[in-house]
This record gives sequence, C-alpha cells and structure tokens, in this order.
Amino acid sequence: MKIKLNNLTIVTSSGLFKKNLLIEKGIIKQVSDKPIYAKFVDVAIDDKDLLVFPGFFDMHVHLREPGFEYREDIESGMKAAVNGGITGIACMANTNPVNDNAVITHFIKCRAEQTELPVSVYPVAAITKGLKGEQIVEMGDLKNAGAVAFSDDGSAVENSEILRRALEYAKSFDMPIICHSEEKSLSKDGQVNEGIISIKLGLKGIPRESEIIGIFRDITLAKLTKSRVHIAHVSTEEGVDLIRKAKRAGIYVTCETCPHYFHLTEEEVLGYNTFAKVNPPLRTYKDVLAIREGLRDGTIDVIASDHAPHHIDEKDIEFEKANFGMIGLETLLPLTLELVRQGVIDFKDLAEKLSRKPRQILGINPPVIKEGEEANLTIVDPNYKWVLTKESICSKSFNTPFLGKTMKGKAIYIIKGGQFFEINK
Amino acid sequence: MAEKIKWVHKDFISLDNLSKEEILYVLDVASSFEEVLKRDVKKVPTLRGKSVLTLFYEPSTRTRTSFEMAAKILSADTINVSVSTSSVSKGETLLDTIKNIEAMSVDVVVIRHSCSGVPEFLAKKTKASIINAGDGRHEHPTQALLDMLTIKAFKNTLQGLKIAIVGDILHSRVARSNLIGLKKLGNEVRFVGPATFIPECFKELGAEIYYSLEEGIYDADVVMVLRLQKERMGAGFYPSEREYARFFSINKKTMHYAKKDAIFMHPGPVNRGLEITSDVLNDKRCVVLNQVTKGVAVRMAVLYLLLTGGKSEN
Amino acid sequence: MSRNMKELIIIDEKTFPRVVNRIAHEIMEKNPNLEDLVLIGIKKGGSLLKERIKEAIKKQEGVDLITGDIDITMYRDDIFKIGFQPKVETTEIPCSLDNKNVVLIDDVLYTGRTVRAAIDALFDFGRPKRIQLAVFIDRGHRELPIQADFVGKFLPTSKKEIVVVMFKEEDGKDCVVLREKNGRKNKMGS
Repeated sequence: MKIKLNNLTIVTSSGLFKKNLLIEKGIIKQVSDKPIYAKFVDVAIDDKDLLVFPGFFDMHVHLREPGFEYREDIESGMKAAVNGGITGIACMANTNPVNDNAVITHFIKCRAEQTELPVSVYPVAAITKGLKGEQIVEMGDLKNAGAVAFSDDGSAVENSEILRRALEYAKSFDMPIICHSEEKSLSKDGQVNEGIISIKLGLKGIPRESEIIGIFRDITLAKLTKSRVHIAHVSTEEGVDLIRKAKRAGIYVTCETCPHYFHLTEEEVLGYNTFAKVNPPLRTYKDVLAIREGLRDGTIDVIASDHAPHHIDEKDIEFEKANFGMIGLETLLPLTLELVRQGVIDFKDLAEKLSRKPRQILGINPPVIKEGEEANLTIVDPNYKWVLTKESICSKSFNTPFLGKTMKGKAIYIIKGGQFFEINK
Repeated sequence: MAEKIKWVHKDFISLDNLSKEEILYVLDVASSFEEVLKRDVKKVPTLRGKSVLTLFYEPSTRTRTSFEMAAKILSADTINVSVSTSSVSKGETLLDTIKNIEAMSVDVVVIRHSCSGVPEFLAKKTKASIINAGDGRHEHPTQALLDMLTIKAFKNTLQGLKIAIVGDILHSRVARSNLIGLKKLGNEVRFVGPATFIPECFKELGAEIYYSLEEGIYDADVVMVLRLQKERMGAGFYPSEREYARFFSINKKTMHYAKKDAIFMHPGPVNRGLEITSDVLNDKRCVVLNQVTKGVAVRMAVLYLLLTGGKSEN
Repeated sequence: MSRNMKELIIIDEKTFPRVVNRIAHEIMEKNPNLEDLVLIGIKKGGSLLKERIKEAIKKQEGVDLITGDIDITMYRDDIFKIGFQPKVETTEIPCSLDNKNVVLIDDVLYTGRTVRAAIDALFDFGRPKRIQLAVFIDRGHRELPIQADFVGKFLPTSKKEIVVVMFKEEDGKDCVVLREKNGRKNKMGS
C-alpha cells in the first residue's frame, strides 16, 4: 500500500507543519517540504483543508464485552472508535466477569485482534478482585498479559487502606492507577447534581463534595505512596483546583475530563432526560468554565470520552431507574474541535490531549510523524458538517444527549498497520 | 352566554407549567363543582362514556378514592389498578404497562408513582391524558389546588397571605407544589423545620427559610403541617421523635404563634401527637376535613378540563 | 335606533318591560295557585329574565315567589364536540322540586337543546309536578320536539343570524337585537 499526502497540515503536540508525506507498507518513507511526485501510488490525497494527526487515543472506554454484549461488544466498540478517528483505546474492567485476571485481559486482546480493524485495544484491569474493593488483583500477571493500568472505574475504592496498598503495589510494577474519585456515602442514591435542578425535579442530588473529597483523598494517597495516579472524568471546579495545586507541589498526578463536562450543564436533564444522566453528573456553568480553564492552562492532561453504552431499555424508563452514562467515541473529536474553534485550546493542545498524552500516561509509544516511523495517522476534515443520528452511529447503543445535533469536524481517513481506511459517512 | 376559555394542556402534571391565570381558572371551575357535592343526587352526565384509570404504584386510599368519586359523579367509568410490588417484580416495565392501558382505550390515567418524572415520561408516550397524583418528591398538583381552594374558602383571598409549611420539606411533593402555586398567586411562603429538611436552594424558588418554629409561623395566616416520616430518622435527618416534637410540633401552645384567625392544615395521614396534636386537630381552626371535600371538587374540575372541548365539529 | 354591525332592533327599551309584564301576567293567569310555583332561570340570560318576571309578579300580587337558577353546562349534549370548555357556573336551587310547579325561563328558544339539558338537570333536584317553559324570544329552527308555554315574541330568523337579548344590569340597556353571525362561536343553539 503506497500513500501520498500533499498539502495537508500536520498537527502534533509540538505544532502545525506544512509537510508532505509518503507512506509505504505502513512506514513513513518521506517527510518533505516539497510536494511528493511519486508515481503508481494506491492513494493520493491533495487537500489543503485537511489535517493529519497522530492517531487519536481514547483512554476511557467501556466496551462491555464480556457480559453486556447487548449494549456493545469489542467489535462494535472498535467500529465506533474508527468512526471517531480513534486508533487506540483503553477499555475498563467493569465487564462480566470483571477483568481482574489475565485470562479476561488476554481474551479482550485476542478478540480485538480478530476484528482486523485499525484500532489497538489496551485493557485496563481492575484494582480489586470483582471490583469489590477488598482484595488487590495479581498486578504482575495482568501486566504481562497486556494490561496497561488498573482501575475500579464504575466504582471508587472505598477503603483508603486498600487503595493505599494497591497504589504501592502498582508502583513496584511501574503501573499507573486510574481513580474514579467519589465519596460513596455522600453520593449514594443520588441521580443528578445536587442543586437547584435536583430540587426542581424532585430527585436526590449527588453533592459536588463527593467528587472533591474523593479527589483530595486520592491525591493525598498519591503523595504518600509516590505512585502514578490518574484522576478520571473530572467534573468540578474545586476538583480541577485541587489537581492544579497538587501538580504545583510536585505530586505526580494526571487527570482527564470528558466533552460533556466542558459543553453541558445540569440543565440538560430538565424534562427528565435520561440521556443526560451520567456519573459524575453534569454540573453548573461555573464548573464548565473551570474545566475549560483547566484544559487551557494544562492542569487537565487528557480528554477522554468515558464511552458508556446502554441499551434503550435501560434508559427509556423512570429516571431513577435509568443507568448512568453516555456514549462518546464518535463525538470525542468534533466536540473537542469545538473547543479549538472557541479559542479555549489550540490544535496542538488537541493533538497532545487526544493523542500523545493519554498514550504516554499508559506507557504506550505515541505515534511519531518522522521518516522511518510506523504510520498511525488520523486525517481530519475540520469543517465537515454532519448530524448525529441513530443511523450514523456505529456503536450498538445511541444513548447520548447530543443525538440529533449537528457536529462540525470529522475524521475521514485512518492510516495504520499498513492499511488505508476510508471512514464511511 | 358561556365564556370561551380554551384549556390547552393534554395532561395535568405540574403547577410549574401552568400560568397564574390557569391556576385561578381551575380553582374557579372547582368552586362551581362544589355545588354538585351538596345536592341530593350527586351525579351529572357530563363525562358519560369517558373512562378514567387510576394507576397507583404507591398505596393511597384517600387520593385514589377522591379521584374515583370525582370521576363517578361526572358519570365517567372508573377502573382501579393498584400495582403491588410483586407484579412490578414480575418484570413488567412502565412502558409495557402504559402500552397495555392504551390498548384498552382509556381516556385518562391518574398515576401515582414513587419515581419523580414518571407522569411526564408517560405523557410523552401515550395519547391518553395523564393526571399526576403524586410523583416521588416532585409534585402533587391536585393536592396543592385543593389546599388553595380551602385557603380561599376561609381567608376569602389567595393573595398577599403568609403561609408557613412546617416539616420535612425536602421529601415533600405537596410542599413543592404548594410553593410553586402560592408564589405564582402572590403570597409569602415560608418553610419551617430543621435544616436537614430544608436545602438552601429553596430560596431560589422563592421560599423563606426558618429553623425556629416560633419565628417561622409568627403572624402566619395559614399553617400547613407535613407528616414526619419515621424512616428519615434512620438516615440522620433528625435524632428522635421526642426532639422533633419538642421543637416543631404544632400543639396547644405553639399554635398561638400564628395569627389569631390562622387556619391549620395537613395533607394527611396524620401522626397524632407528633407533628400535630389532637388539641389542634379538634380546634375549629383546623380545616383538615374541609380539605377532603374540596379534593373531590378540584379533581372533578381537572377531569372536566382535560376531557371536554375536543375537536370542534364546525 | 341605530344600525351597528348590521344590527336590527327587534324590541326597544320602551317595549321591553311591556313584554315582560305580559309574560308575567300569562304565567299568573295559567297558574292561579302561586304557592307551589317555582321560577327557574337558565343561566345566564334566563336568570336575568326570571328576576324581571319575579319583580313583575311581586308588584302585581305582592308575593315573593321561590326562584332558582340552573347552569346547564354539565348537561350539554355537545360537550366533547364544541372545541372549547364553556365556563361552568353554579346552580342554585333553594329547595327540593318534588311536587312543585316549575316554570323554566330562558331568553331565547332556538333548537331546544338547552331546554332539554335544563329539564334533565331539574330532574336531579326532585320530581316536579309540572314544568312549563317561558321564553322571551322564540326564533324557530327547533331540532327537538320542544315548545314554550309562554312566549314574548315569535321571531322568524335565518341560521345565519343571532338573536341577542340585552339587559340593563349586564349590557347597559333593555332591548332585543338581531345580528348577522360573524363566525364566532356562541352558546349552544338554544
């Protein structure tokens, strides 16, 4: 497969470059200032409006297989990733059975490889057996089987002593721990953010202090154990602030946020919209502003989707009974591009937060656009307008509050593993 | 000559989406229906041929009977379904239940459910008119209307009054509906109770918050007492019934903090001796039984407005 | 006398009370025993007329007749078809109608449906010995076999016209006018 890309703009964490690329058998053969005149190529793209990024990486995805295949499975999740221009994903352990042993980790990797789709799947194993928060897993064995991090995401590790020991043990294998930060006794039975909206709708609220206390505890234990902690789905202003202060104090902590936390507020649930029901819940406008500021000043390292597919029968019911979560693989890119358009971050921040940094945190070599390197590229048309409809969604589920909305920006090609993929629609 | 007023809502779910004029209109219609309840022959043929289904996921004899009576007086047919927990655990979802009901061509569904938002959810899914008889902690609009009708009967006005609602506001849909309705009509509404029962956010909805009973009901025209639910003690909302009764009970002594001619109300059922004592219940200023009569009239008005009108043949 | 919005005055202010008096006399003539007589007005137009007739009888005989008012909204036969909700007024019947001699009073008799509804309503208040009907204007176009015992004036009309009986208390002056219908909905064809 011989591919030439002329006049496109290359975007990496270091900047934007007008370079022309020649890719052959999956390797970047040429990176040139002058247009490439190679003959007999299989694919030739010449378009100054397109952007080339190192393949995007979503480090927070729920693939639901094994156990919940009616919501999503590894193959459909990977198809959704491709549709979103994502070439690498880290998938969480709250499957059934839980991914707390090497056999499941191995299964996930094999299943992913069988699909032959241009997405690398990296399993995140559980911190505790069965996600029960009691006994830590065989971290060494899991690392050998291919796990890239540990997380009980879906729940928090309630017992601080257990989390402390888990952090220390993980450190000895140089593995990061992804913390779902929540003080469960405060948030128990809560449905939406605690505040005026929860009062208006007559629903039990989840106080912001549940996340704040959770983040403070997790950062403090990170400091104590000197291990690598990554805070998942930050949603509050105070949470961002705690992480900012911790970083300044030299504590190794990284964090991520999701597009719904920098675009939507708690008002989205008005009318009892279960598609907007998520944990952590959508918060207030001042939190949206604080998240954006955190992205702008670098406090927030990564943008991930927390892709959480649920079947319509689990959402089209009484609000209190509906499951928490929304899909996000296919909207991660356009919603982040929106931030660039609004001047909150620039294109190289996007490349950093959606491509390089998540891989770096998980110890995966990020794709480099250099002669001799493997080609792992996402080509984006930032101006392409499309509507998010049920038909256009590749995931098995369609639980997203953005359903029906017009998106601007789409990944149109993926170049990976020696192949060229044209993304449909 | 009859005035033409068009009721535009298909359902009756919350007072939040009604205007002040619409609320006053429903109360007006309810007053007219009160007269029917005084007749010997308590039946008019108005809704003959229409069917009303009461679907109660939470038990309630009082409200359900009230709706049933209202429908029957208007000559509508009624069907009662009490959903016991066992049938719910058999797995029939809300959606399946409502679809089955629609297949029976019912005109109105009166629903009470423990989850907030259920009436709104159902209203979008069915052509039948949905009446909210209480959803979780969200609203209980017909209760608030009958409370307002009662207040109007004794105070001759629904404007400029000082109304104090005492008790577990946080978990009370009656308190919410009353707050919304009474504020729309231009009254001062106070929430009185321990801070655990009254989140600050209620100030944004217009309520004044008091943690002292004496200050809270001082000079009030109307005192509404809410039922104390014993489960809340286990969850840490109050330490003991003894303490609650000592500080927040409406009794022979505390009732005098309010105006001399204040009226006392309670949506029922009552914990005698706890949030309210027998002295108060037997006092002529306590209008709890009047609330019950007006309840039927209000529900007749709601049924009338939802079911009549229809498409013009002209 | 004026023509307003294609309006024709049928009975003017001077003639109005004379017609009322005549109806009252006819009622007294046909019902010599005033003790069990009850006048019931059909709201709203009939109620005002009932008051006038009551006054006229009082003036003549010095007797204060028992009167009441009936609102027929809850008994209409077209409640699901008219496209709006008529305002429900209160019905006030001060006594049981068992064995009473009832004179039902309305301002305009048209299709007869209002009177049918009123008779149904009356039966919910007892079993009257007799019901008679007094109307100010009978404009024809009956759709039911109903007729008035006492009529102020017979007025042949077309369906495109409406008859309005106006009273000093409500409308400023006593008179009866004939207007062209302008497409607005009005009370159930009476």
